Amino acid sequence: MKARSEKLTLQEAYVQSHHRHHRLVGLCRFLCFFTFLSAWELCADLDIINSFIFSSPSRIAYTIFLMWQDGSLFLHTGVTLLEILISFVLVAIVSLGTATLLWCSRTLSEILEPWLVILNSLPKSALAPLLIVWLGSGMRTIIIAGMSVALFGSVISVCTAFRESAPEKIRLIYTLGGNQAQVLYCVIFPESLPAIISILKVNIGLCLVGVIIGEFLSARQGLGYLIIYASQVFKLNYLIAALIILCVIAFGLYQIIARLEHRVRKSRQAQP
Amino acid sequence: METLLQADHVSYSYHNLSGETPALSDITFSVKKGEFLSLVGPSGCGKSTLLSLLATLLKPESGTVTIQGRIGYMLQKDHLFEWRTIWKNVTLGLEIQKRMTQENLARAQQMMKDYGLWEFRDARPSELSGGMRQRAALIRTLVPDPDLLLLDEPFSALDYQTRLHVCDDVCRIIKKEGKTAILVTHDLSEAISVSDRVLILSHRPASVRRELPLSFTDSRLTPMARRQTREFQDYFNIIWKELNADESEI
Repeated sequence: MKARSEKLTLQEAYVQSHHRHHRLVGLCRFLCFFTFLSAWELCADLDIINSFIFSSPSRIAYTIFLMWQDGSLFLHTGVTLLEILISFVLVAIVSLGTATLLWCSRTLSEILEPWLVILNSLPKSALAPLLIVWLGSGMRTIIIAGMSVALFGSVISVCTAFRESAPEKIRLIYTLGGNQAQVLYCVIFPESLPAIISILKVNIGLCLVGVIIGEFLSARQGLGYLIIYASQVFKLNYLIAALIILCVIAFGLYQIIARLEHRVRKSRQAQP
Repeated sequence: METLLQADHVSYSYHNLSGETPALSDITFSVKKGEFLSLVGPSGCGKSTLLSLLATLLKPESGTVTIQGRIGYMLQKDHLFEWRTIWKNVTLGLEIQKRMTQENLARAQQMMKDYGLWEFRDARPSELSGGMRQRAALIRTLVPDPDLLLLDEPFSALDYQTRLHVCDDVCRIIKKEGKTAILVTHDLSEAISVSDRVLILSHRPASVRRELPLSFTDSRLTPMARRQTREFQDYFNIIWKELNADESEI
């Protein structure tokens, strides 16, 4: 055994130190989390902080358990998740379509540029009350509120990504006898795929923001509604529970796109 | 012999708000089937513009370009797409022209085998050496079976040693496939080593300064072997003087 460990190659040593580093980071992350929760719980139990206002991990866990039992956990989480996903998919489709149009026509893109810039820099939460008056309260309004936050920035970024494709590659397609549609399909789309995935990663977070703003203003269901309702009746256990569920959703959605990004990058890389 | 390409009094200028930049003025020449023609000239004289006009990527402002048959264009860099395998890159032209027939694919396959790329058909471009990539780019240009090849400084992105090898390689392939070619280059020795005729262009706006047919005692020499001959030195001096005379006239 000892003889073997002496023969450890440099490569094995490197792999070991790599794993050691990862274990250390993982352990520290867990310790931070654990210390934070215990301190919170302890302070609440010893009345150092007011547990009515600050709640405590055990109370939140119990609240989530109650919500799970009466089914409201799935209802609120499900509604919010559905709204986020619908607005995310719609933003992706509309912004890809619009960016393609803008790429195809320089004139159109110049005409629409000031509109896009203004709509993009407008604080979208200011639009939400107007949307409610126009569209009434309901899921449709919330989905559109979610879209409004991400859409304009997404169109601008996708269009920029399209424009960054190497002109020589576009020229190559024309020298092979191709047309504009083939330039899009053979060069622009595949070349901007990594950029598009980064934009999607930003979009999913923005859609989440938009949906919660929408739910604050007009909803009977969803986590945004739960947060507003709980704050109005001072049920802070529910409010913080909703926040924690939101954290989990945001993390989960981000991870899905990050996985997708990883897979695309890997498929682009040469096999060793 | 049959004339493949005829350029008649071709002129072209670039326009922007601050004015007009003439690039080509009154260029006339022709290329016969099976010929290898080189265009040399000072850098920035409009050689690439001329090639774009021949490839009908640009329209001449005056004059005409007549071409019999299909054109294949080879750019400075290989521009192989990293998201496609070598095979998919090589058959890109067929895919775009919607000519993915059994016969055409079989020819592509045969070329990849002949020129030592068949084992790399499923590899990504980044796994190939610079010379192999350039060969793949040439096969991509040849697979749609063009009658006339336009080569736009196809070796300039390579290091010197690779460049000599690839140049030999490419010329062998072009000769073997019996293609007609026009090479644009600013490298005089490259032009002399590969072509049957050299067209010397003047400073911008480019016009034909002199046409120089090349003949070597042994007509079957490879580009590399041509570089060792006496004629090579002589032709080099002639073209060099011609270009410098142009320089001093300004």
